[in-house]
Amino acid sequence: MEFGLISLLNGVTYGLLLFMLSSGLTLIFSMMGILNFAHASFYMLGAYFAYQISALIGFWPALFLAPLLMGVVGALVERYGLRKAHKFGPVPELLFTFGLSFLVVEIVQLIWGKAVVDYRVPPSLSGTLFTLFSTSFPVYKGFMMMVSVGMLVALYVLLTRTRIGLIIQAALSRPDMAQALGHNVPRIFTLVFGGGAALAGLAGVIGGNAFVTEPGMAASVGPIVFVVVVVGGLGSLGGAFVASLLIGILQTFMVGFDYSLLDLARSLGIHLQSSPALMRLSVTQLAPIMPYALMVAILIFRPRGLMGARES
Amino acid sequence: MSAPSRMAGRTLLGPIVRGVSQAWAGWVAWAAVIVVVVAAPLFINKSFFLSLLCRIGLMTIFALSYNMLLGQTGLLSFGHAVYYGLGAFATMHVLNAVHGGIPITLLPLAGGAGALLFGVVFGYVTTRKAGTTFAMISLGLGEMVASSSLMFPHFFGGEGGISGNRVTGKGWFGINFGTQLQMYYLIAAWTAVCIAATWSLTQTPLGRMANAVRDNPERVEFVGYSPQWIRYLMVVLSGFFAGIAGGLTALQYEIVTAEVLSDYTSGIVILMAFVGGVGSFSGPIIGAVLITILQVAVASVTPAWPFYFGLFFLIMVLYAPGGIASIVAEHRAVWRAHLLSRLLPSYLLAALPVTLLVAGIIAMVEMAYATVNAVERGTAELHILGVPLDGAAALSWVEAAASIAAGLFLLSLAGKKVSQGWQDVSAVLRAVAVETGP
Repeated sequence: MEFGLISLLNGVTYGLLLFMLSSGLTLIFSMMGILNFAHASFYMLGAYFAYQISALIGFWPALFLAPLLMGVVGALVERYGLRKAHKFGPVPELLFTFGLSFLVVEIVQLIWGKAVVDYRVPPSLSGTLFTLFSTSFPVYKGFMMMVSVGMLVALYVLLTRTRIGLIIQAALSRPDMAQALGHNVPRIFTLVFGGGAALAGLAGVIGGNAFVTEPGMAASVGPIVFVVVVVGGLGSLGGAFVASLLIGILQTFMVGFDYSLLDLARSLGIHLQSSPALMRLSVTQLAPIMPYALMVAILIFRPRGLMGARES
Repeated sequence: MSAPSRMAGRTLLGPIVRGVSQAWAGWVAWAAVIVVVVAAPLFINKSFFLSLLCRIGLMTIFALSYNMLLGQTGLLSFGHAVYYGLGAFATMHVLNAVHGGIPITLLPLAGGAGALLFGVVFGYVTTRKAGTTFAMISLGLGEMVASSSLMFPHFFGGEGGISGNRVTGKGWFGINFGTQLQMYYLIAAWTAVCIAATWSLTQTPLGRMANAVRDNPERVEFVGYSPQWIRYLMVVLSGFFAGIAGGLTALQYEIVTAEVLSDYTSGIVILMAFVGGVGSFSGPIIGAVLITILQVAVASVTPAWPFYFGLFFLIMVLYAPGGIASIVAEHRAVWRAHLLSRLLPSYLLAALPVTLLVAGIIAMVEMAYATVNAVERGTAELHILGVPLDGAAALSWVEAAASIAAGLFLLSLAGKKVSQGWQDVSAVLRAVAVETGP
């Protein structure tokens, strides 16, 4: 019971963080048809920016400045890199973001070194929010949830209730028509790309100190975000939300559930003569490959993803 | 590569003369390559060069197998290391299991067969979709295999990997592949076989249909083929060749670690194929040779080499998406039409800003590296080609920044000249093509 509730809370926190990343990725994908390989790199850069800014002027300004800065970086990348690669077709475009993700890791190492940087939760947010049975739930996790949900609501309102949101949606589904009606579609693309980068940056700001800020953080979260987007259905925000939570919760549960088939057999009173490696694998050990296994299963049984509209 | 420039090359020389002379020139070129490869150890019989040449051979096979997907079928895979790595592990296990029961010369086939089996399984999942989705799924599968390598220490050997000994007996006439020289000739022979095999494949109906699937899958369906099936076959076959490359790698180094399955391995093969040029058969070979040499050369000079590789790759993607092969082909067409002299002045003009830009970037990167690692190095000072720089001094940074800024500004001017030159040349080529007629 205690394990279940705490894991659920942790899983939801992690899932919401995943959604912050996958929402930007999905928006960019459905609008420009680009899979942004550098998206997790933006997350990492956001964390490093936040570390640098909070070392200079504190965490709270960093919470706003780092995503803003990431947004500018993203817009510049779109304007001076992607738009150029776009002319050559989808493969160079994809390879551009791939090369960029490679380069960002190197740049981060050049500036901040290869070791983990000391980016910590600010004192005003450290401490215990509440204690459930005997496990304490930190204030910072609550704060992460609050920021993610706040962002989610803001994104929803922006996309459905404002004029700019309507134009974005129009440019998303019928770019030519939106262009013909006098909207500057390329500029909207830049805006959306910058916005997506800012969201990833925000995730970096609040995720960087909850986990660790190091040059490998992009590579560890990047593939999982892609899995989320495929499982949820390419281009579907709702799907990305469900898949983020699903994977976040599943993985958190699996990490904490240290039992193997052998343990199961033992608890059922079956005593095996030999124990092959597969039997001794615990659920915890399986946790890292779970997202990929889930993706493969989804692709076989439901190729368009959980909530994807079309098969591409 | 623009169509008019290619056409001009054909029409200027006349179709028949061109056909004969080009085929002849092609054979001469390949014969020359074979002579060089066979004779190379006579001149530079140092183990360092031999192992570099061996690595070039392995990477050539790997890059060619990759281009069967990207260049020929239009499938962008981010997880090609899966087949390479599993081929390497399969070969190592067979080597350790048979104790010389299978001749070493044929062992890479075990790697190929192992990778082919995995291709049959994984390919079924990945080729359900093409395009971007294929790219994502291949990435996911690559990550899955890479992260499961630590879960099954029996097969993958955990952190330390698994090792073996390729010398299993006396061998025929004393050829037991104990020396690097014998290994070199084995790898060279396998590379030749694989180049011939992958090239022959492009000439088969399957190879042609793969090109069609790349260009217009819908039409392929109308003709009565299944694009998904063709993609599947190509993934399986490309896995086979990647497995052979992996098998040779296992034999060459006599140890296989989980590193061969990593995203880094998948990335480097993309780099090789793309920089060399995915549009032509020889492109990936050029890329494999160039990148492998650069890897050794640049890495021995600076620890920041991955940065330069990443930057080089981005510049290639943005400015030369056809790779080196297409740059060479374009200039050859211009040279044949005796127009190269029109381009040279603008190239010379661009040389100075490019030098300034490159010097500035190198200075900045090296200073950043020296500054970050100042504690280990003891100082943030460094020398590049005799030029003293100090990462702790603001002046050095200002100098580097000024060099970059000046380079960028002058390059934007020179760039206009270069593109103007190209416009002139291609206009002439087009005019010649129209005059001589088809």
